[in-house]
Amino acid sequence: MVKSLTPSLRGYRALTILTPLVMIGEAVMEIVIPFVMGDLINYLNDCLDGLDTMQMSQVLLFGGAMLLCAFFSLLCGVLGGKFASTASAGFAKNLRRDMYAKIQTYSFANIDKFSTASLVTRLTTDVTNTQNAFQMCIRMLVRAPVLFIFATVMSYQIHVGLASMFIAAAIVLGIVVAIVLIKVVPYFRTMFKKYDSLNAVVQEDLTAIRVVKSYVRESYEIEKMKHATGEVYEYSVKAEKILNYLMPVIQVVINLTMVLLLFFGGRLIIAGNLQIGDLSKLLSYCAQILTGVIMVAMCLNFISMSRGSVERIAEVLDEKPSLSNPAEPVTEVKDGSVEFDHVDFAYRADAEKNVLSDITFSIRSGETVGIIGGTGSAKTTLVSLIPRLYDVKSGSIKVGGVDVRDYDMEALRNQVAVVLQKNVLFSGSISENLRWGNENATDEEIREAASLAQASEFIRDIPEGFDYDLGQGGVNVSGGQKQRLCIARALLKNPKILIFDDSTSAVDTKTDALIRAGLKKHAPEVTKIIIAQRIASVQESDRIIVMDEGRIVGIGTHEELLKTSDIYREVYESQVKGGDEDAQK
Amino acid sequence: MPKNKKVQLPEEEIPEDVKKDMQKNALHGRGMRGPAIKGGGAKNPWKTFKRLMDYTLRNNKAGFAIAITAVIVTSLVSIAGNLFLSRIIDQYIRPLIGQVNPDFSKFYGILIALSCIYIFGALCAFLYNRVMVFVAQGTLKRMRDEMFEHMQHLPLRFFDTRTHGDLMSCYTNDTDIMRQLLSQTIPQIVSSAVTVVGTLFAMLYYSVTLTLIMLVFFLLITLAVKKIGQKSARHFLQQQIKLGKLNGYIEEMIEGQKVVKVFCHEERAKEKFGELNEALCMHSTKANVLTNIIGPLTNNIGYIQYIVLAVVGVALCTSNSWLGLSLYGATAMAEATGGVCAVTIGSLISYLQLSRNFNMPVQQVTQQFNAIIMALAGAERIFEIVDTPFEDAGGDITLTKVREKEEGEFCEEESADCWAWKVPAGDGTFSYVKLRGDIRFNNVTFGYNENKVVLKNISLYAKPGQKIAFVGATGAGKTTITNLINRFYDIQEGEILYDGLPIRSINKDDLRRSLGVVLQDTHLFTGTVMDNIRYGRLDATDEECIQAAKLANADFFIEHLPDGYQTMLTSDGANLSQGQRQLLAIARAMVSNCPVLILDEATSFIDTRTEKLIGQGLDKLMEGKTVFVIAHRLSTVRDSKAIMVLEHGQIIERGSHEQLIAQKGKYYQLYTGAFELE
Repeated sequence: MVKSLTPSLRGYRALTILTPLVMIGEAVMEIVIPFVMGDLINYLNDCLDGLDTMQMSQVLLFGGAMLLCAFFSLLCGVLGGKFASTASAGFAKNLRRDMYAKIQTYSFANIDKFSTASLVTRLTTDVTNTQNAFQMCIRMLVRAPVLFIFATVMSYQIHVGLASMFIAAAIVLGIVVAIVLIKVVPYFRTMFKKYDSLNAVVQEDLTAIRVVKSYVRESYEIEKMKHATGEVYEYSVKAEKILNYLMPVIQVVINLTMVLLLFFGGRLIIAGNLQIGDLSKLLSYCAQILTGVIMVAMCLNFISMSRGSVERIAEVLDEKPSLSNPAEPVTEVKDGSVEFDHVDFAYRADAEKNVLSDITFSIRSGETVGIIGGTGSAKTTLVSLIPRLYDVKSGSIKVGGVDVRDYDMEALRNQVAVVLQKNVLFSGSISENLRWGNENATDEEIREAASLAQASEFIRDIPEGFDYDLGQGGVNVSGGQKQRLCIARALLKNPKILIFDDSTSAVDTKTDALIRAGLKKHAPEVTKIIIAQRIASVQESDRIIVMDEGRIVGIGTHEELLKTSDIYREVYESQVKGGDEDAQK
Repeated sequence: MPKNKKVQLPEEEIPEDVKKDMQKNALHGRGMRGPAIKGGGAKNPWKTFKRLMDYTLRNNKAGFAIAITAVIVTSLVSIAGNLFLSRIIDQYIRPLIGQVNPDFSKFYGILIALSCIYIFGALCAFLYNRVMVFVAQGTLKRMRDEMFEHMQHLPLRFFDTRTHGDLMSCYTNDTDIMRQLLSQTIPQIVSSAVTVVGTLFAMLYYSVTLTLIMLVFFLLITLAVKKIGQKSARHFLQQQIKLGKLNGYIEEMIEGQKVVKVFCHEERAKEKFGELNEALCMHSTKANVLTNIIGPLTNNIGYIQYIVLAVVGVALCTSNSWLGLSLYGATAMAEATGGVCAVTIGSLISYLQLSRNFNMPVQQVTQQFNAIIMALAGAERIFEIVDTPFEDAGGDITLTKVREKEEGEFCEEESADCWAWKVPAGDGTFSYVKLRGDIRFNNVTFGYNENKVVLKNISLYAKPGQKIAFVGATGAGKTTITNLINRFYDIQEGEILYDGLPIRSINKDDLRRSLGVVLQDTHLFTGTVMDNIRYGRLDATDEECIQAAKLANADFFIEHLPDGYQTMLTSDGANLSQGQRQLLAIARAMVSNCPVLILDEATSFIDTRTEKLIGQGLDKLMEGKTVFVIAHRLSTVRDSKAIMVLEHGQIIERGSHEQLIAQKGKYYQLYTGAFELE
């Protein structure tokens, strides 16, 4: 799991190793300073007891040595902070970049598996959590044990018995902290889950506020919320109640160890077996040993809390793109012919029921084909197999006479333009958005595509024209306008096959007809596949495919289908019957 | 994750200035990720703080007082521990050194006393932590509940002018940081203050000279911390802004990832991402370096101070200068040292410990400083919600169940299945008007704000049992009409009558209870399919829900879900198609069994064949009831009793399909495709 993340350390490996090293430098100084200080006190004690004569130069020597240590420690500490921040920010940057790059290689199936919302969380919150844990790791996780070990060694140098007492206290402390943390973690996990449900309640209420108010369900929602906040309260209190024991226990253990140290140390001093300065050293080391234990425990806890984030990031990085280019890809699409040969398809390999079953048909280059079918009849699925957005389960699809799996994916997709049902535009000007189709398009070409998509009229009405900013996700234009811009964007690709997936549903019949007429005139050689709910949109196609529950139930011209296909006739009647009556009048 | 998307009203119908507000809010609306420093902090921090404390203390005065007392005791105990140290060394250890048969009894006594004090301190720490859990968590729960409860009664305008991200962060970030303020920051500040003051006195007690030296260092540290803090705050703000930008980009691009794939735009997407990512990394490094330096810096300056003090202290111990005078030496040690009132070894050790304690609060308080600023900014946002006035509750006419005794005579009865408006006469008596579903607009004029009129002089009537349709271009005001009937917004001129009663005089909840609304954007709630249908009428039986689903033609797909009607829906029914969600919303409205039904583009994602089947179900259900239909698909509205064609907020044509076709006006153009609808 952690292994998948290590490549993202690149460029910061040196700092990642240097940080703990300078932190060790700081830790060593923290051991040395109390030691010299103790010696200074011993010297003072001797002087006071008349064993030695006080010489200021001697005192200044002690002071100078300690100051040197302190400055070195300052240097190490500051460098440590600097290295750790730089390394962790850089690590986070690389992580985000690697994840984002990885996501770019994902197929539609990979994206569906994660869902966009979860990908966004992984790229944002999870990276931040990991960054913090990483910083903690390199700064503290080495420093704290080193401090612990050195302090222990020094204590043993001074007095074995007292040092052993510290170790005993450290073990007691370690056990207590471990028990508390182990007990508290499950409660915290539950609490986070309850937190999620609380968020869900608020979010659903906000998005559906019109529904809530329409049905006068305010008090129902309030009850839901009270239940959610109640659960958060319950588990937060449970978790924190356990945590409450931590600080006092730590305090008692540390302070009572100090008292015991004074007791035994005092007796040793009185008996002449220990010097006062050594007692002062031991007091410092005792504190360092015990806080070392706590620090390590806290670090481990923090790391375990962020383990979820690390796992989620690793999942993104380890995901294998479900589609890949063949070894020797075909890079040229000869023409716009499409051939389905006994195609079965399911979104998941283990799904019981196929979404598409036994689809066989062929389209000649330059033909216009309409697809009609009810909600859930798998029309979208059918066309998304042509640019190889998904791979078939069995059977084959050929474009320009070559199996889609033999093409270089980019080459294939550049020749097969799909206007997706779920249209998305991006922040930026209209022309920037249209240039997605062709980066090098001239202004002239852009105007032409917009005019073919019947978008030039409304663009002309906007003062900024093609420079108009569409806003995040294209919120600044209406549904119909969005659809026409998406069509223009696809046209700019200059593809051999053009697929409209219900892309004119928000456009009125006349504009819809104009778009089709324009395409027929200006791009006669392009194969056009049109999914629509309106019969009028497909009526004049060369052929119409009727889909029902993942199967083709009719292929033919409008007139033929009216005679042969019950479903087609029903759809037609539901839409046009009234009009016919009027026409007859 | 919440999306900062807000397209409840068709964009075009939202006035420009409101839109600007929304965009402004959207800028600050990235609250969900990372602690957002929004708008730079609270406008009136002191007032907000006082109000927050009032709010916290309302139910917790005693608890809070106990906690604060316990905090103070805990801090004092740790100072006392240090004072004991000097006495133990000077009075109980050093005098006994070298004695053959030392008398340990006093030494034991003082150690036992010290242990007791420490244990007492720990108990106090436990007490304050324990009490604070209840105070803080209780306050959070109360705050969330009250905020949510209040929010439920706010007018729709409130929701339309704010992003979800913004409101969500009030319940998450803003309240969470409040917990930190209550359970950590405030106790921390109290304890720091006590420690600083107490330690200062203790140190003066030991030596004035040393204390003066120490204060110089203290000043130095404080200045350094302040300077770095200010600088890092600037970078932190920058980091938040860059983070917001990057997150915004991620959200937008991942949302459109399939389009990126289809257009082979991966490399370009990575380029822009790289730029934003680098910018974030730069500021994040700078901000974090500065914060991470503060710790080692104060810590090590502390060491330097400790050393200087030690050297000077040692010098003072041995010299007889007046600089070495010590109150401690003069009082406690007078007899032991035979009148020498200088700094002693014990007091030096104690003093050095104290001086380390003295600097710690500076660092701790600085760390809390950001938390305070963010907490107060958060509290201000929370109070802003709580301070927003409720939407008006409407008049005093209520809806009640009645039994019709004879013509025009009603009596109230719980078990009856007939509804009537209960109109108070003002003298304690009531008259009853049968609920029929007759809706009239008389010269209604409305705009979302004063200067921009959306609907002009609209008059129309819908009799019970009639189906009225609205067609027209986006922005013509179709949805607005439905917003007015259920009083999501209030009209500026004219009147709307419901069964002859002005809707303003009807209790708003009862008004809405009588109207079934299906919106284009369907919203489902976490829960089973059955729960979602039952949302229309909470006391509906399973059979009634299934019946409604059958009428809405949703039964077929529901039966194919893994657990049928008991299938759990999550995140707004993400696993259902748009069309299926609309079918569920229609079933929900059918279950509510309201005399008036408003369908706002309710079948836009449903194919025409299914739509026709639903239509048959609806006709059966709505027999004798009023239906308003809004649609851009003309096949949806064709069989309406009357079709209103709206343009620029006015009804320009009205009549049945046949009449309008014969008229050869706008509708005819629309129908024959000669006019652009959207």
